[in-house]
Amino acid sequence: MSLAIRCAGLTKTYDGKPPVEAVRGIDLEVAEGECFGVLGPNGAGKTTTIEILEGLLEPTAGEVEVLSLRWRDRPDAIRQRIGISLQETRFSEKLTVRETLTLFRSFYRRGLEPDEAIARVSLEEKADAWIKKLSGGQKQRLAVAAALVGDPDLLFLDEPTTGLDPHSRRQLWEILSECRRQGRTTVLTTHYMDEAERLCDRVAIIDHGRIIAEGPPRELIARLGGRHVVEFSLQSPEAADLPAHAWQALPGVTGCRFENGTIRLSVAEPHVVLPALLAWLAERGWKLASLVTRHASLDDVFVALTGRQFEPKEETEP
Amino acid sequence: MSNPSVRPSRGYHPLAGLVAARLREFLREPEAIFWVYVFPLLLMVALGVAFRNRPVEVFRVVVCAGPQAESVQRVLDADARFRASVRGEDEGRLALRTGRADLVVAAPADLKPRYEYLFDPTRTESVLARNTADDVLQRAAGRRDAASVDDRPVNEPGGRYIDFLVPGLLGMGLMGGGLWGVGYAIVDMRIRKLLKRYVATPMPRSYFLASVILSRLVFTIPEAVLVLACARIFFGVTNHGSYLAVLLLIVLGSFTFAGIGLLVASRARTIEAVSGLMNAVMLPMYIGSGIFFSTERFPEAIQPALVLLPLTPLLSAMRSVMLEGMGLASLVPELAMLAAWAVVTFALALRWFRWT
Ligand SMILES: Nc1ncnc2c1ncn2[C@@H]1O[C@H](COP(=O)(O)OP(=O)(O)O)[C@@H](O)[C@H]1O
Ligand SMILES: [Mg+2]
Repeated sequence: MSLAIRCAGLTKTYDGKPPVEAVRGIDLEVAEGECFGVLGPNGAGKTTTIEILEGLLEPTAGEVEVLSLRWRDRPDAIRQRIGISLQETRFSEKLTVRETLTLFRSFYRRGLEPDEAIARVSLEEKADAWIKKLSGGQKQRLAVAAALVGDPDLLFLDEPTTGLDPHSRRQLWEILSECRRQGRTTVLTTHYMDEAERLCDRVAIIDHGRIIAEGPPRELIARLGGRHVVEFSLQSPEAADLPAHAWQALPGVTGCRFENGTIRLSVAEPHVVLPALLAWLAERGWKLASLVTRHASLDDVFVALTGRQFEPKEETEP
Repeated sequence: MSNPSVRPSRGYHPLAGLVAARLREFLREPEAIFWVYVFPLLLMVALGVAFRNRPVEVFRVVVCAGPQAESVQRVLDADARFRASVRGEDEGRLALRTGRADLVVAAPADLKPRYEYLFDPTRTESVLARNTADDVLQRAAGRRDAASVDDRPVNEPGGRYIDFLVPGLLGMGLMGGGLWGVGYAIVDMRIRKLLKRYVATPMPRSYFLASVILSRLVFTIPEAVLVLACARIFFGVTNHGSYLAVLLLIVLGSFTFAGIGLLVASRARTIEAVSGLMNAVMLPMYIGSGIFFSTERFPEAIQPALVLLPLTPLLSAMRSVMLEGMGLASLVPELAMLAAWAVVTFALALRWFRWT
């Protein structure tokens, strides 16, 4: 299997006072036909990494090969074969969807008909609408269409679903799943573990410019010891004195962390753990103040790997 | 990827596409159309009406009360160019100072007729009133003219303020359009990351810059035609030179100012930064290049500096063609200066341009 992307020893330091070491040594290999996810909190270096791969930023050091070509040698040949959606692009508001895609189509030697690109992202109804009139999700789909209109062998998407409502996110997932089914190599960055789980064959979690974990999403979550989390707090203060291994002794619990009075258990099967937990609490006469169960998320993987909370919410992203 | 819907390019050129996109955006922006097309016309009409050349109507003269006052007043009032009134001297001085009178005449009681004129030497009509009144009073006192004189008033188009103003407004439009049209649009696209999105495609960067310049030309020519047509229809302003020469100047001017716009916008990352820069660049030209009044009004010492501003040679060449009917061959220094500005600003802009 040949590689779509190979990079080694990638670093990027932004000039400034003080200089920002945004990327500190990243090695990546993305196979042809693979959907690869780059995950990490804000400021981890995702955009910097992907923009170096896209040839938009010069790395401070390191080697990059895209489609077996180097940016220095064959920039135009690479550009003809990749499609890009930047983290944030505002297309001209007073052009229509079709006009915008026709323009982008004219930049490539070969590609899709603009109407075909519109159909791929289900924007037929908005084909003649000004971009100003599109919702956030529709704009994001347009950005994906503009990336697809050159029929790229390799697709780069920087946070394609950040800030979208759940419905729009799901629509985009369907579009991206379709790309994946067609065997188009895709590199995407995201905040969301569920997104990566759904879309990506492999992910790399990066933090402070380094890869801290890499592999198929299921595998990363499995390393946590459980795909679900049971999170609760108690009305009884003496419960806080109980050590982690006491909780881990409960059947099906594979991990335990405390945070601000909340107890967080990693579990494989909530339907096994919950009755045992409730019985155990009742035995001691401890009352619950709150209880939530959810899927393990990037948050949990990240906390497990770094001991830190997965930083601010996406709204703070500039 | 083998896919039935994948086609080679259909011969639709990216440069044409970029220019078409700019034109569409512009035409869909009513405010921009107002500022580019309607505003210069309104300005022309307002200034043309406010500063239309009028013959001096009537001089207002105060005659100081005294024994001779009656006869002086009679002499002046007999001439249609004067309206005289008899008042005290203090009152006369006040009227002169506050612009309600153009001249104060005192006639002290003497053996021989003798007049004192109080006038304001900085006010054209006051000086004129003094000379005209003197003439009338001298003749009334018995002076005989030595030579015979025929007055033949001339008021031909070409010498009026509006004739001077129209080439100025054309140049101002080229300057404002080039700087705002190019500078603002580019910084706006940079902020929206559209520039970055463009460089992420295989489109050659030079096409993008060329499209900005070409779309300026496409906007500029109708704008200039409109100003010239309205000037002709409403004020009878004609072009004494060739229209081809005017067109060439417009094209060259629009290139030059597009180049300056490109340079001003080459690195700015905010609208505030680029607006400040553009105003700083345009202000000296608004004042010093002779849009509204001739640069000759400035002191000799700063004239060489004014000639270096790109708008100055453009306006001077435009006026030489339109008002004096000169050909471009005699305007080589001005054309060379404009071309030099265009080439240097483009070269620097290309070098410094920030795409991301
Ligand atoms: N142009 C720049 N100049 C200086 N620092 C930057 C620049 N772009 C990004 N950074 C910094 O580099 C780090 C990584 O940023 P980025 O790659 O955008 O992260 P992410 O996409 O994961 O949120 C952050 O600390 C950010 O503040
Ligand atoms: Mg980012």
